[in-house]
Amino acid sequence: MEKGKGIMGSGGRWAVDFSDNSTAPPSRDIPDPPGFTRASVDQDDSTVSRQKKDAESNWKAQKAWEVAQAPFKNLLMMGFMMWMAGNTVHLFSIGITFSALWQPISALQGVGKVFEPYKDNKVDLLGPKLLFIALNLGGLALGVWKLNTLGLLPTHASDWVSSLPPAQEVEYSGGGIPL
Amino acid sequence: MAIRSFLILFILFFFSSLNPILSLYEDQVGLVDWHQQYLGKVKQAVFHTHKTGRKRVVVSTEENVVASLDLGQGEIFWRHVLGSNDVIDGIDIALGKYVITLSSGGSILRAWNLPDGQMVWESSLRGPKHSKSLFLVRTNLKIEKDNIVIIFSNGRLNAVSCMDGEVLWEKDFEGESLKVQQVIQPPGSNLIYVVGFASSSLFEMYQINALNGELLKHESAAFSGGFLGEVSPVFSETVVALDSTGLILLTISFQNGKISFHQMPISNLVKDSFGPAKIIPSSVTGIFAIKMNAVTIVIRVKDESKLEVVEKTNHETSISDALSISEGQQAFALVQHASHEIHLRVKLAHNWDDNLLKESVKMDQHRGLVHKVYINNYIRTDKSYGFRALIVMEDHSLLLLQQGEIVWSREDGLASIIDVTTSELPVERDGVSVAKVEHNLFEWLKGHMLKLKGTLMLASPQDIAAIQSMRLKNSEKSKMTRDHNGFRKLLIVLTRAGKLFALHTGDGHIVWSHLLQSLQKSKVCQHPIGLNLYKWQVPHHHAMDENPSVLVIGKCGPSSDAPGALSFVDTYTGKELSSLSLVHSVAQVIPLPYTDSTEQCLHLLIDADKHAHLYPKTPEAISIFEREFSNIYWYSVEDDNGIIKGHALRGKCTGEVADEVCFDTRELWSIVFPSESEKIIATVTRKLNEVVHTQAKVIADQEVMYKYISRNLLFVATVALKGSVEIGSVTPEESWLVAYLIDTVTGRILHQVTHHGSQGPVHAVFSENWVVYHYFNLKAHRYEMSVIEIYDQSRADNKDVWKLVLGKHNLTSPISLYSRPDVITKSQSYFFTHSVKAIAVTSTTKGITSKQLLIGTIGDQVLALDKRFLDPRRTVNPTQAEKEEGIIPLTDSLPIIPQSYVTHALRVEGLRGIITVPAKLESTTLVFAHGVDLFFTQLAPSRTYDSLTDDFNYALLLITIVALLAAIFVTWTLSERKELQENWR
Repeated sequence: MEKGKGIMGSGGRWAVDFSDNSTAPPSRDIPDPPGFTRASVDQDDSTVSRQKKDAESNWKAQKAWEVAQAPFKNLLMMGFMMWMAGNTVHLFSIGITFSALWQPISALQGVGKVFEPYKDNKVDLLGPKLLFIALNLGGLALGVWKLNTLGLLPTHASDWVSSLPPAQEVEYSGGGIPL
Repeated sequence: MAIRSFLILFILFFFSSLNPILSLYEDQVGLVDWHQQYLGKVKQAVFHTHKTGRKRVVVSTEENVVASLDLGQGEIFWRHVLGSNDVIDGIDIALGKYVITLSSGGSILRAWNLPDGQMVWESSLRGPKHSKSLFLVRTNLKIEKDNIVIIFSNGRLNAVSCMDGEVLWEKDFEGESLKVQQVIQPPGSNLIYVVGFASSSLFEMYQINALNGELLKHESAAFSGGFLGEVSPVFSETVVALDSTGLILLTISFQNGKISFHQMPISNLVKDSFGPAKIIPSSVTGIFAIKMNAVTIVIRVKDESKLEVVEKTNHETSISDALSISEGQQAFALVQHASHEIHLRVKLAHNWDDNLLKESVKMDQHRGLVHKVYINNYIRTDKSYGFRALIVMEDHSLLLLQQGEIVWSREDGLASIIDVTTSELPVERDGVSVAKVEHNLFEWLKGHMLKLKGTLMLASPQDIAAIQSMRLKNSEKSKMTRDHNGFRKLLIVLTRAGKLFALHTGDGHIVWSHLLQSLQKSKVCQHPIGLNLYKWQVPHHHAMDENPSVLVIGKCGPSSDAPGALSFVDTYTGKELSSLSLVHSVAQVIPLPYTDSTEQCLHLLIDADKHAHLYPKTPEAISIFEREFSNIYWYSVEDDNGIIKGHALRGKCTGEVADEVCFDTRELWSIVFPSESEKIIATVTRKLNEVVHTQAKVIADQEVMYKYISRNLLFVATVALKGSVEIGSVTPEESWLVAYLIDTVTGRILHQVTHHGSQGPVHAVFSENWVVYHYFNLKAHRYEMSVIEIYDQSRADNKDVWKLVLGKHNLTSPISLYSRPDVITKSQSYFFTHSVKAIAVTSTTKGITSKQLLIGTIGDQVLALDKRFLDPRRTVNPTQAEKEEGIIPLTDSLPIIPQSYVTHALRVEGLRGIITVPAKLESTTLVFAHGVDLFFTQLAPSRTYDSLTDDFNYALLLITIVALLAAIFVTWTLSERKELQENWR
């Protein structure tokens, strides 16, 4: 596959430039068809392309917002799964909890990549990004909360003292019934 | 921490789905456990060597065992262990098929079938008064085809039928001060002579008709000199006695009912007299022996009154009983001890000068002197008499000598173990290979083929048996080096004979044995008693080159102020490094938790005058000791006065016993139990070497309870004076039992609980922060077990997580017992079916593994009972959280699960003690139970969670790995090929 691409790439690109010399006066003496005004076309062309660009950036912004909101569904789904899993430690609940923790983390790691296609000078990605991050953090919080309800977080005193060795005693005493 | 709690929860989850019962498969018996049967020191032996049937010898021992042994190999045919209050007084064989035993102070007579040991009959004999003198006399008297045995016990002479144990006749001897010395039945006559002393100077003789018990004659005569000790019958109508000074021999003859005395000063017989003499009783006609200090004199009696010294020797001498070999001929054996040899002579009673047999046998010095000898004859192929001798040695071992050789020997001293400790084996070094590897390649291949067959389930029953024997005889387990898991150790045991044995935990063989010099009879120490064993030197990191050693403590004589004796024994070689006879007595031994630079443990010996003596006596030890001087306390329990006293050290000894290592002590506190209402019957403390993993106990809902863990806690159980007698003799209202928990540094009573209507005996075990004790409930007519758990309330307010995370707490800082503890206790009681002989608890290296109680039951088995069954937090309906925590719903009695007997099908006869030793593997503990028998096994109270079990399917694992590897390889090549094709498309 790679090789094929390489060959094609190195073989030189060809292109047809349809808009070339479009604004320049025609070299041949062919009159414009009736009803055709070159200037208006020119004007139209530029507005169309601007409109197009606007639409695209709008679309991009819309898409970015959509993408940013996607984790919300996930969140609901996760919440439902967690409710289903119950509060006892077993394989299912542990699996769900760990996936609930892992998904937001991996999503947060790839924030840049997720919004790559919607990068545009005109599009403000900060809002969607923040929403995305916030929603993922919410997911993470949900996972942590689940972890806590499962009792796997060291939030109790018992988690910190359960392996404390007994305190040493200063005094030492021995004896018993005489031999 | 989260991971830990997660793991614990996971393990709980994992194991809760498994069957909690720990049991053994049939083919696992003998893999890690071993069982040895012993008898104890032989008191009496009777041979049974008829031409038909197997040759055997019946013995009774000081451990109250009656047993029948194979004369060829010394194996036990059958054995009965009578209780410790059923002491065997005499045995005999009657009618050629019954073994008769007289026991319990001459009040119980039993007959056992000789071939299989089944009891045939039992009859109880009573008498008018209690007396020490007991006799079992074999007779050849026949009354209507029935043999009779004559028994004198408790002041009554009984004639008992051998067939059914029926008492044919009885005759009372009610003379107030009559002390019967001998019951003589002259062979071939129907008469019985009962001779004895009355009021110290009167000789009494009764002549009785053996057929009906009729008194034929009664004579008495006074001898002004008085009598001393025992009499020895020399002829059927003559006995020999000593006068009260022990210097004059008296020949007393009572022929035809006339009593006559003949005096013979010993100085006339022996030129240089050695002080007062003692008669060694023997049944040989015409010959008796006396002993003066270390000199033994054998004297022949001629013509009723003439005495003649036939032998005088400095060597230790034993004389056997008479053996009649043919009509009118009596043989007897004489065994003398020379340094490395023993000389055995068999002579005819009437012919001293000739020996029927004279043999010298090389004898291991560590068996000590010959204590007893029994002989038996057989007819050689050339029709002459051959003799075999059964000898009992000083170390209680039993040997059979025949034709100048030791045919077999039994180490029966191991039946009376006093104390046990353990020692590590040497570290394996390069070039030091002790165990033999399979040297034969063919054997090796065969073994592996067999194993493969077994795994693939192709093995025939014979193959399976061969595999099983291979597993049992695994040379790995009896190697003489340390193993990674710490399963191989040496059990160092001290026996009552003063002999030290080292047993290998792998298969129980004796690695070495040593008869201790300090515990042998000597001029300074007449009655040495071995007391205890302590670890003296435990080489650790910086003293690795030294061998570990143990300290043996003994004392001379039973009195409390008898001087002590110490021995230091190397546990690798069994050599006695040194032995000390102390000037002071030993009342207490306190092993201190300090070691010097050579890893010698400091020990404090308290004498009867309450002086403390420090050992080892080195300046270094003294400097270590003086650093900790003010923190060392000791307590004494005076159980006969009902006082517990606490003491502290004061300073160097003053007065005549001034010594660098001697310290004075002063009394700090005392607890006096009201002597009219309470009597101390049991005290127990925690084991010194017990390791506790954590001070916190996490209960349901993540709450924490802090255990009150102190080395200085003493559990004391007292009963009402009336309740200290046997069960059944008091009413519930008269009896109560009080349990105390006492701090031995300050004398503070931390807890006290009274069980009304209960009584002893109390058996208890103390571990971590709990104590479990066993007693009898008179109201319920059942045995009960109670548990007390003690918690520290003053630590309970450590609840701030951040402080704990940052380590800003004082939970692990050293504490003084003088700070006022705020403790709460929780307790609960349960019924328990069995009465108990001993209780122990499992111990592991780090104390993480859950604990099991090991209960020595009355049936001489060891039962493992999970500590979870004795949890005071058990309720009838535990909540979900409590169930998750592992709390078992409360029941009124403790379950006895047949599979949880650690001794499985075996019995540890006469069980006295259970010792647990941690292995290096945290999950595993080594258990050694001793009594007349020895039993050893490994236990994993929470299963072996840290290692693969023996029955792990390695084959399946291997097959899976291979299959996975193959799959990986195949899929890899397939994907390569596919990719290539894709590229060419």
